[in-house]
Amino acid sequence: MENEAGALSRVAGLFSARGYNIESLSVAPTEDPTLSRMTLVTVGSDEVVEQVTKQLNKLIEVVKIIDLNDGSHIERELMLVKVRAVGADREEIKRLVEIFRGCIIDVTDKSYTIELTGTSSKLDAFLEAVGCSAVLETVRTGASGIGRGEWILKV
Amino acid sequence: MSVELTGAEITIRCLQEEGVQCIFGYPGGAVLFIYDELFKQDKVRHILVRHEQAAVHAADGYARSSDKVGVALVTSGPGVTNAVTGIATAYMDSIPMVVISGQVPTSAIGLDAFQEVDTVGITRPCVKHNFLVKDVTELAETIKKAFYIASTGRPGPVLVDIPKDVSQQKTKFVYPDKVTMRSYNPVVKGHSRQIKKAAELILTAKRPMIYAGGGVILSNAAPQLTELTQLLNFPCTNTLMGLGGYPATDKQSLGMLGMHGTYEANMAMQYCDVLVAVGARFDDRVIGNPKHFSNENRKIIHIDIDPSSISKRVKVDVPIVGDVLDVLKELIKLLKAGKEKPDQAALKEWWKQIELWRERDCLKFNRDSEIIKPQMVIEKLFNITKGDAFITSDVGQHQMWAAQFYKFDKPRRWINSGGLGTMGFGMPAAMGVQLANPKGKVACVTGEASIQMCIQELSTCKQYKLPLKIINLNNRYMGMVRQWQEFFHGNRYAESYMNALPDFVKLAESYGHVGMKIERPEDVEGALKEAFKLKDQLVFMDFITDQTENVFPMVPGGKGLSEMILV
Repeated sequence: MENEAGALSRVAGLFSARGYNIESLSVAPTEDPTLSRMTLVTVGSDEVVEQVTKQLNKLIEVVKIIDLNDGSHIERELMLVKVRAVGADREEIKRLVEIFRGCIIDVTDKSYTIELTGTSSKLDAFLEAVGCSAVLETVRTGASGIGRGEWILKV
Repeated sequence: MSVELTGAEITIRCLQEEGVQCIFGYPGGAVLFIYDELFKQDKVRHILVRHEQAAVHAADGYARSSDKVGVALVTSGPGVTNAVTGIATAYMDSIPMVVISGQVPTSAIGLDAFQEVDTVGITRPCVKHNFLVKDVTELAETIKKAFYIASTGRPGPVLVDIPKDVSQQKTKFVYPDKVTMRSYNPVVKGHSRQIKKAAELILTAKRPMIYAGGGVILSNAAPQLTELTQLLNFPCTNTLMGLGGYPATDKQSLGMLGMHGTYEANMAMQYCDVLVAVGARFDDRVIGNPKHFSNENRKIIHIDIDPSSISKRVKVDVPIVGDVLDVLKELIKLLKAGKEKPDQAALKEWWKQIELWRERDCLKFNRDSEIIKPQMVIEKLFNITKGDAFITSDVGQHQMWAAQFYKFDKPRRWINSGGLGTMGFGMPAAMGVQLANPKGKVACVTGEASIQMCIQELSTCKQYKLPLKIINLNNRYMGMVRQWQEFFHGNRYAESYMNALPDFVKLAESYGHVGMKIERPEDVEGALKEAFKLKDQLVFMDFITDQTENVFPMVPGGKGLSEMILV
């Protein structure tokens, strides 16, 4: 969509006005600074998703919209998570981070801050593995998606 | 070196470049520079209303009756919030309109300044698009875009918010010849393969039906709709927004369909086997309960410029996205080129069935009543104006009677708030209609409740000598509310009776107009004739009508089209 003030609120407003769900939303400017790319995750029947797509297309600032589920695609989400890490847990958590291919990006004597990317379910799995009692704080970006192979979204 | 103009001058120059002859507005602090420039020129005429809601309704009526873009000009804060009802009204009915609003200076935005509201935020859900112009160098192009967006594709209102300092700043004025926007390219032409499919399906029909909505009016496709309908000898029904799209006095017209549609239109809609929907959107007031509607098997062709209107409430078999005018032309061409015709014997049977439904005479009413029947007033109005007047209406029972009993043969003659259902729309809209059609006969059919929502505009009518004929069907009730309370709320008439009504005759006179009170059925015709003879005068006709009259047929909410309550 056009990288213009207010474009994001038009999208968000459309969802609330028509009673659609936003599971997650991530947006940032692209290599062309006049354009922003947004990945929006929503759930609904085929009819609802069709309406969502049509309604989004009507927004003047939306340049192009694709349903990534129409083809094979990749999606990733970034999570920063601060966990309590004392005693024997410190080693255990480090191992878990390695298994999940994350990295520890900040350390204190009582905590680790971990960076992890993956699909939403991978991030969920990591949190479960660490255990909710150890988790002090999480921040997640919501999914960003892109088509596989030669399939590109071009304006 | 070219001369630099202020934002205010540019705004007016843009309107001139767009060929705008008439705008409706109300001045205030944030638009003073713009008004100053209006004052210095005489190409764009400004009509001063008494309330911003009326400015937008008037611009709306102007647009609906003329196919031009309506323009309104309001100040920031309350100017805008007052305008919102009008903007939402235009949005729901897809009316091309540009609203220019003043805003507090850019340096004051966000600081809770005097008369500041987040105009772009408030209007976002009820405009096709809106802009806040923060830089005077972008002003001309923004206004060009506003007119382009408002008038193309599925039309709608576009708002341009101009901060006061932007209207003061100077820049070179260049008005672009055209705009292209990568994110906005409305489809015009329908897909030829889809049109072919539609033609094939039409030829298989045994019980066909054409269902035409406001899209026919908006795309100026009434002649094509008429040609198609008559070429095929199909029955045609029009929605409330589509009245006039097919001549109502023609035998192939089944009248309006929907909640208060005719028996024959609703039955044919329910039991047809091929439905051609043209510029209509299957809304809740038209097909009632969509599940009940889907109980019957039929194939649906749906022509609409807005893809999101297709398969929204009803699943469609042959969708055609495109301008109704263009698609109908193509469809007619195809049907004429092929020698085939639909099954004539089946069509004959179908018409026989429709005539049986018609014999039900669903719009009958007591013609011997000693109290004025509202239906009779509309019938007489139709006869006296020879069906050639512009009729605006407010919202409620009178609106439905006007739609049922005034037979519209031409498009753009019936001006009402169909989607939003805005009481108070009728008189200001009529002002716009009269200004767009100075020689036209313009009547506003209203009720004593609706008319009071914008009654102050009697003053505007006086100032600009607008000779409207106001047909006030006065039953002392909010009639439609009363009707629902009678049917569905055990006759408990909660707050639907109006005590202390004004003396409308004196009220009209106090504004400098002519007032008439008509209490007997035998006086109705004479009063109407006299009123229309007063060519230069606004005449306020207060008809004291039967309080117990209800609008029939009626499809109760949640019911199916064939489950009408009949008189």
